Amino acid sequence: MKRLLAIVPAVVFAGLMVAFVIGLGRDPSILPSMLIDKPLPVFDLPPVRAADTKGLASTDFRGEPALLNVFGSWCVTCRVEHPFLMQLKAQGVPIHGLDWKDQPGAGEAWLVRYGDPYQLAGDDPVGRTVIDLGVTGAPETFVVDRQGRVRYRHVGAITPEVWSKTLAPLMTKLKAES
Amino acid sequence: MSAEIGQFALIMALVLSLVQAVAPLWGAWRGDPVLMALGRSASMMQAGFVILAFGCLAYAYVTSDFSVALVARHSNTVQPLAYRFAATWGSHEGSMLLWVLILAIYGGAVAAFGRSLRETLQARVLGLQGIMGAAFLGFLIFTSNPFSRLVPAPPEGSELNPLLQDPGLVLHPPLLYLGYVGFSVAFAFALAALIEGRVDAAWARWVRPWVLAAWVPLTAGITLGSGWAYYELGWGGWWFWDPVENASLMPWLLGTALLHSALVLERRGALVSWTILLAILTFSLSLIGTFLVRSGILTSVHAFAVDPKRGVYILAIIAVMTGAALALFAWRTPQMRSGALFAPLSREGGITLNNLFLMALTATVFLGTFSPVFVEIVNGDKISVGPPYYARTFGPIAVPLLILSVFGPMLNWKRDELGALARRLRVPAAIAAAAFLLGFVTLGWRQTVTVGALALSAWLVAGAFAILGRRWWSGRKDLGWAIRSTPPSMYGHVLAHAGLGLLALGVTGVSSWETDKVLTMQPGDNVVFAGRTLTLTELADVPGPNYVARRATFNVEGRGRTYTLSSARRAYQSSQTTEAGIRVGLLGNLYVSVGEESGRGVVVRLWDHPLIVWIWLGGLVMSLGGLVSLCDRRLRLGAARRVAPAAAVPAPAE
Repeated sequence: MKRLLAIVPAVVFAGLMVAFVIGLGRDPSILPSMLIDKPLPVFDLPPVRAADTKGLASTDFRGEPALLNVFGSWCVTCRVEHPFLMQLKAQGVPIHGLDWKDQPGAGEAWLVRYGDPYQLAGDDPVGRTVIDLGVTGAPETFVVDRQGRVRYRHVGAITPEVWSKTLAPLMTKLKAES
Repeated sequence: MSAEIGQFALIMALVLSLVQAVAPLWGAWRGDPVLMALGRSASMMQAGFVILAFGCLAYAYVTSDFSVALVARHSNTVQPLAYRFAATWGSHEGSMLLWVLILAIYGGAVAAFGRSLRETLQARVLGLQGIMGAAFLGFLIFTSNPFSRLVPAPPEGSELNPLLQDPGLVLHPPLLYLGYVGFSVAFAFALAALIEGRVDAAWARWVRPWVLAAWVPLTAGITLGSGWAYYELGWGGWWFWDPVENASLMPWLLGTALLHSALVLERRGALVSWTILLAILTFSLSLIGTFLVRSGILTSVHAFAVDPKRGVYILAIIAVMTGAALALFAWRTPQMRSGALFAPLSREGGITLNNLFLMALTATVFLGTFSPVFVEIVNGDKISVGPPYYARTFGPIAVPLLILSVFGPMLNWKRDELGALARRLRVPAAIAAAAFLLGFVTLGWRQTVTVGALALSAWLVAGAFAILGRRWWSGRKDLGWAIRSTPPSMYGHVLAHAGLGLLALGVTGVSSWETDKVLTMQPGDNVVFAGRTLTLTELADVPGPNYVARRATFNVEGRGRTYTLSSARRAYQSSQTTEAGIRVGLLGNLYVSVGEESGRGVVVRLWDHPLIVWIWLGGLVMSLGGLVSLCDRRLRLGAARRVAPAAAVPAPAE
């Protein structure tokens, strides 16, 4: 009996180590989106650019797969991501922008200063839509298919590596879907 | 130049630790005094070289030598001197060096002060510490080298995380590490005892001061960390159940259990294998706690070195050390003699119960901290465990433990009677009952839970002093002699238990009566909050040494004299921090924290925290109690000479 009891701590510890070894292989900062394979939450936002007649609505994601990019003029990483979005625009990738919690006019001033990669751009000054999307921080990008369903969520800046490894193949696949 | 000297010193220390790992263990096995003496010299020299390395890094920081990559990343020339120095341990590499430094100093101390120890036991302890030293020095040199150079050297460095630029940081990590690493001595003693197959009262007398020496700074460190989070993070909370906080709480809980069970082993020769197991688990939890939060297994606000490569190395260290220790435990303990028998109602019985409760609390925190890992492995769900879990599990186990903690010290060793126990406790019971009635009458039945908790605090404090009362008045004619002859360790015991009561008082106050309010204010506006009237008198930019602050100043009237209180948002190079304005009082704190500014004014968050300061006073009193115990001559002499039989000491120990 005593011999058996003495072994218990070692056995429990061995189990624990196995769990930790498995746990080490994953990244705890990746949070799965609750929206994967679900339609975008319904929203209809006013335009960021004063000259636009139309902002951004969830119904705009129909017909062709597109990216939904959450940004803000206050967001430093968005500034880092921005030149690459401009490159994607040049390649003809459809990107729509969602301006998160900006002062009136700040989003537009930012786009004028650094360039505008967005086809449509909606303004969410109170952050209501962003909550519905479950965004944890800017920048964040959703890949939306031609039926308006969220297919992928990327947290953080899109880098050339992320694009070529993950997002570009997915976009190609979505384009091929009927 | 200092970086190269430091690098060289670390390599020398690694070589010496390898000598220390082999020579004394072999010497003890062969009975060779020369090899055992070599172990002692090696551990003292290793301590010397690690101190030199640490000094070199500190020197590089203080003189702003940005050709050292680590310095360039965490310091700059406008940072005040104290924070340039504290930045030495403000990074992953630096804090690992601090860890190794403390480990080496403890090793050197065992070699220097352990002359009266049984020579083979000392040699084995040193050998085991050499193995640990080698493992961590290897980790430091091969995966986290603090002395890497940066070419070309930048003219100016980045900065230390602004949240860490605080007097709290100067003390908090060293205290915590003194605690964590201090338990490595008990761990080494436990393994040495298992190797020798001999655990006796002398062993326990030797281990107890080392456990206490780790417990005292750990208690102070946790208390300080809680206070630092309270005023620096600007959330108004004092404990967040963050994985890193839990990582410090778990070794504390088990270390407390170890402190008590080693007492039973010392006085009565019982709980032999249990004490050994606790010694192993306490240090293992220190390791798991300190390192797993850095390995990338868990997310935490504290994790500042998420790197899987380091994680693998750390996990390997933990697996080998704890795994080997537990395997040795499984192999050797069945052959060791069982401890002396005792009746369920006895001091030993009380301490056993205390140990079971502390073990259960540790298990609760452990499950809460690591269940996200387990759940994801089982079904792939991402979960996070927050305060509601701990409120439902930790509280219900902690409360009975607190109630029982008054009974234990009043019990006699070996066996006791229920009637006699009740008579001894009549004064604290009467005080607690009076507190309950008084609270019930003034606060009403709606706050019965709060009143009960207040009575519990009174019970704990009164119960702690009853220990002194019993010694001074029970059957003694000469009160003066009774007071004069009271050993310091008894005062330490009283302080530690009374501190628990003060802590309970603070927790009760803040969790029952905390109120808060959020509003937008412009200069000239006033607000009535918790019996006070606050007027925002000024909103101004104030330059600091390495930041610019936007400071809001309030005039506070009511509840005593009128005073001013200010809270600021500081803009550092890399980020912003909120400096809360706190009016500290024994009855309660007023906590003001300013947020963002807009056209309508500045966002102001107000908290009233009744009695909260007692949480930290309680923690510090507990730690002070441990320190007083540690200073007891009897404890040190007992440790050094291991002659005085337990019967020769009239007072109940502790």
